[in-house]
Amino acid sequence: MPALEMTDVRKTYRSGDSEVVALDHASLTLGDDEILALVGPSGSGKTTLLSIAGGLLTPTEGSVVVGGEEISALDAKRLTRFRRERVGFVFQAVNLVPFLTARENLLVVAELGRRDGRAARRRADALLDELGLSDRAGSLPAQLSGGERQRVAIGRALMNEPALVLVDEPTSALDTKLGEQVMELITSEVKSRSTAAIIVTHDTRMTHYADRTIEITDGVLVA
Amino acid sequence: MRIAARELLRRPGRFAIAGSALTLLVILLLLLGGLLDGLYLGSTGLYRQQESELVTYSATSRDSLLRSRIDADLRAVVDATDGVAATHGVGIALAGYRIEGEEGMGDAAVIGYEGAISGVPAPPPPGEAYADRRLAAAGVSLGDTLLLGPERVPLTVVGWVDDVAYLLQGGLLVEPDTWRRVLASARPDAALAPGAFQVLAVATDGDPAAVAAAIDAATGGATSTLTVDAAIAALPGVTEQATTFTQIITVTFVVAGLVVALFFAFVTVERTALYGVLKAIGASSGQIFAGLVLQALVVTAGAVVLGGLLTLGVAQIVPPGIPLLLEPARAGFVAAGMLVTAVAGGSVTLRRVIRIDPASAIG
Repeated sequence: MPALEMTDVRKTYRSGDSEVVALDHASLTLGDDEILALVGPSGSGKTTLLSIAGGLLTPTEGSVVVGGEEISALDAKRLTRFRRERVGFVFQAVNLVPFLTARENLLVVAELGRRDGRAARRRADALLDELGLSDRAGSLPAQLSGGERQRVAIGRALMNEPALVLVDEPTSALDTKLGEQVMELITSEVKSRSTAAIIVTHDTRMTHYADRTIEITDGVLVA
Repeated sequence: MRIAARELLRRPGRFAIAGSALTLLVILLLLLGGLLDGLYLGSTGLYRQQESELVTYSATSRDSLLRSRIDADLRAVVDATDGVAATHGVGIALAGYRIEGEEGMGDAAVIGYEGAISGVPAPPPPGEAYADRRLAAAGVSLGDTLLLGPERVPLTVVGWVDDVAYLLQGGLLVEPDTWRRVLASARPDAALAPGAFQVLAVATDGDPAAVAAAIDAATGGATSTLTVDAAIAALPGVTEQATTFTQIITVTFVVAGLVVALFFAFVTVERTALYGVLKAIGASSGQIFAGLVLQALVVTAGAVVLGGLLTLGVAQIVPPGIPLLLEPARAGFVAAGMLVTAVAGGSVTLRRVIRIDPASAIG
């Protein structure tokens, strides 16, 4: 089963009397363990596509199926549950909760779904161990380096065993060397779990970490 | 909820400003309430302790105990009215006193009574008095002889009673003839003949309102009979004090609500990005809102505890002449009111929380 099937997806916004097309009849299929790099200039529609795939936005037209679940017509409450259970996000600004430790930042996902039992704690510890953060589990984000924070964010995205991981500009604030380390980490963690991922980036040097690269321009996907 | 609780534990300083403001408001509420209670209870004890349901004044007194006069003939009419189970004469003389053998003067309300006052024994023998315990704070001791009025009428304190003050004057409860003697000494123009009282406390065996009307009808309009609650409201200044303090207290609660509302509205604006991320990873608006309300409640509860302790400290240094009375019921009212205010104040963030777009977490 494909991790993501977007069919003829269109997203428009009203701007005064005119209509702005952010995504124009986009169709995309992502295999269940495929990593896709989505590249394009600012304002091209990358973020819109990522947001629609992650249930943060609903499309104006078209169909979006994630892990076999049609999400384009879900209401806000069901989209919230979908995001909590089916997708993982790695945000551009990392965006960890500043007053929670690294371990608690992973457990947030389970707590929001009221699944904060022993199994969740074991999974958080295992992820921290895989990410080389066992000895930093009790540290607050402010006590971690930029790379360590990025690794915690990756762990948080994987905490709910998602069908699809969505990564937004993971290297934009990092130097080339650290950026490559982060991309290696993301791809190895995603691949080791046979999970699909879309990585939005403007940095074409990083696209070789993906199985496939798609460019988007003015809301139109170009293979 | 856990995220909010952890923030409270790890970043208590973030809530210090709101907590401090709320603590000050709690102190203000407790002091205002304490003063209101002190004024009210200190003014109305004699009435509240009456075991009878009604108080009968002479009509010309305009419901003033000190102006009222009920002579023996009028009392006989009241006694004979249907529904009247018993009457007890009551009179008050406000007089200065000096403790025999000591310098300095104080003020007291000498209360002549025939019985039926809750917690007070039958009237003592002539020349003796049960003293309201608040007179102990003014230096009166058991066994002291107090000299009352210009004629220095001697009264020996033979026991203590509670909560029988009148218009903030500690009560000295005496048998009727002793009271008449003090009254004649303190206010010669208001001296009363034997058998006369200022008011009658009337116990009924029927509907009090109907009996009150029957009494006033039976006396041909020579009396004005009120329920005890109405008699309390007729005391000079009591209603005005209660209304004024209640309005100030209400405004203070509103200010407390605004403090909570503004603080958490500010917090929500400041954390829009964080809440956007939490929503993006699956937090519902309800979960975020519940966390904010939890924080508002905990901060307010902390302010109530701290404010309560500080108020107890303040009460220790308040001069005895200030009628501050910290009652557990008032503390409970302030605590409950503050917590309700916290929820109401915190609730103004709900709309803002709902409007936070999870898509704002990306791009």
